[in-house]
Amino acid sequence: MISWTAVYVLWLREMKRFLRARSRLIGSLAMPVFFMAFLGLGLNRMYLPGMGQNIGYLSFIVPGIIGMSLLFSSTISGLSDLWDREFGFLKEIMVAPVSRLSIVLGRVAGGASVVMLQALLILFLSLFFGFKIPGLFPLGQALLFMILISLTFLGLGLIFASLMKDMQGFSLVMNFVIFPLFFLSGALYPIQNLPRAVRFLAYLDPLSYGIDGLRWSLLQISLFPWYFDLAFMVIFCLFMLSLGAFLFEKVESAV
Amino acid sequence: MMEAIRVEKLTKVFDEVIAVNQISFDVAQGELFGLLGPNGAGKTTTINILATLLKPTSGRAWVAGHDILTERNEVRRSIGIVFQEPALDIKLTGRENLEFHAMMYGYSRAERQARIREVLSLVDLEDKADLLVEKYSGGMKRRLEIARGLIHQPRVLFLDEPTLGLDAQTRRHIWDYIKRLNEEKKVTIILTTHYMEEADYLCERVAIMDQGVFVALDKPNKLKDLLGGDVISLEIENKGESLTEKLKSLAWVKSLTYSDGFLSLTTEMGEKKIPEIINLARQEGAAVKSVYLHKPSLEDVFLHFTGRSIRDDVASERKGPPHAHRRSWRHR
Repeated sequence: MISWTAVYVLWLREMKRFLRARSRLIGSLAMPVFFMAFLGLGLNRMYLPGMGQNIGYLSFIVPGIIGMSLLFSSTISGLSDLWDREFGFLKEIMVAPVSRLSIVLGRVAGGASVVMLQALLILFLSLFFGFKIPGLFPLGQALLFMILISLTFLGLGLIFASLMKDMQGFSLVMNFVIFPLFFLSGALYPIQNLPRAVRFLAYLDPLSYGIDGLRWSLLQISLFPWYFDLAFMVIFCLFMLSLGAFLFEKVESAV
Repeated sequence: MMEAIRVEKLTKVFDEVIAVNQISFDVAQGELFGLLGPNGAGKTTTINILATLLKPTSGRAWVAGHDILTERNEVRRSIGIVFQEPALDIKLTGRENLEFHAMMYGYSRAERQARIREVLSLVDLEDKADLLVEKYSGGMKRRLEIARGLIHQPRVLFLDEPTLGLDAQTRRHIWDYIKRLNEEKKVTIILTTHYMEEADYLCERVAIMDQGVFVALDKPNKLKDLLGGDVISLEIENKGESLTEKLKSLAWVKSLTYSDGFLSLTTEMGEKKIPEIINLARQEGAAVKSVYLHKPSLEDVFLHFTGRSIRDDVASERKGPPHAHRRSWRHR
């Protein structure tokens, strides 16, 4: 059923494109670096309740900025499927004798690899702003959460790509889905400071648990217990990916 | 089953618009078959159904002996397709595009190299294979796509408007590649086009498609013969009547009209008959002032079957609602 060659081809294609498009890489790093440089350094002496003692605002938002980068890049990568299916390479792959599931897996594997590489670069750059990684084991834990975040939002992107007919819905998704998910997630402030109603929305945001998990891994502060974050992220991730794959399958066979 | 393609009462309805309406046809192995018609006639829909990208609303079809509904993977294995819009990854090199395609079809590394070398030489792209596709010209992209469609040695190749948007010279080249492919590799080729000259030059048989149905299907020459052959028009001074009488008695003149110095007759191989007519006129003492030979084209055939010119549609799409335009032609 699954053609691993097809998965590998799609992954390899994504990697080649990533390594060749230097400007895209620089573009994707610019915003997170600006956040760290201007927001992080500027507000570094600020203290917010729930932030943890003696951390500094910069260190507090580094997990949030990694989460942000994963959120944006993953969703856009999932959405770009639509474009690719309509005008590009993927259209041709649709007539190849490989299952739709292989195509989804290949796209997700390629997208996740690219997004993870970007996030790791941001983590690396954060060291220059004074961020400290507590050790190899915490880094491994953070990696696990990063992968879960990227897969969850690749799934979300795929869901939108399958539901939309053209790229016109793109800005709607950006403004009404991605930005709210980002601001609600507690990437920039502890969510317990939010009013009750808004806090409830934050609890529905998968990214809240992802970023909380990242903070637990890298800063030893968290709102929820780590196993709670992990369990939620695994559930969100499986749900989004299965729904994305299911819808992709449906759309493709009908059109 | 001997046919490369068999289609029975194929129908596709999109939101109450009937794109393809009960078409049936067969394409023989090794044939170069054309679907000719204006934009929106249903050509691309037909191709997409046969390539398993769309499901038909009703009707059945077999490609290379496999049912397009129940044996999709077998069909996909036996076909190659070149889409109307380029479907290449422009951030990869030509060779990488081909390589990835060959991997999808399960070829080993050694097989891939051999196949890629062969298809590249077929379309003369060997020296450009390692350039990024974004640096390719329109014609080169099209050639690369044709090459890609051939890598897995398909029995049937679909070409959807293979020369759309290319300049006249490049178009000629692409035609030559298509012809060579069909002759040397014995690949069955189905192409869609709205260029009359293309269908005429390339195809062994042409189906003229209009508003979802086939209005005619035959060899290009046969279709043109339906119009009664070539038309020779002459302008004559003196003795026109006696020349008319003489010509009427000849076996090769199919029909003839004469009025007021203007003589018009239909015949076959008109260019060979002109000297004969001139000789006869001299014998009769009639002076020929001008001769005009019109050989029927597929354009005339299209006009004959649909009551309008194929180019009107292309133009009307830009100007306004095509239906209004069509009606006005119908009532003439």
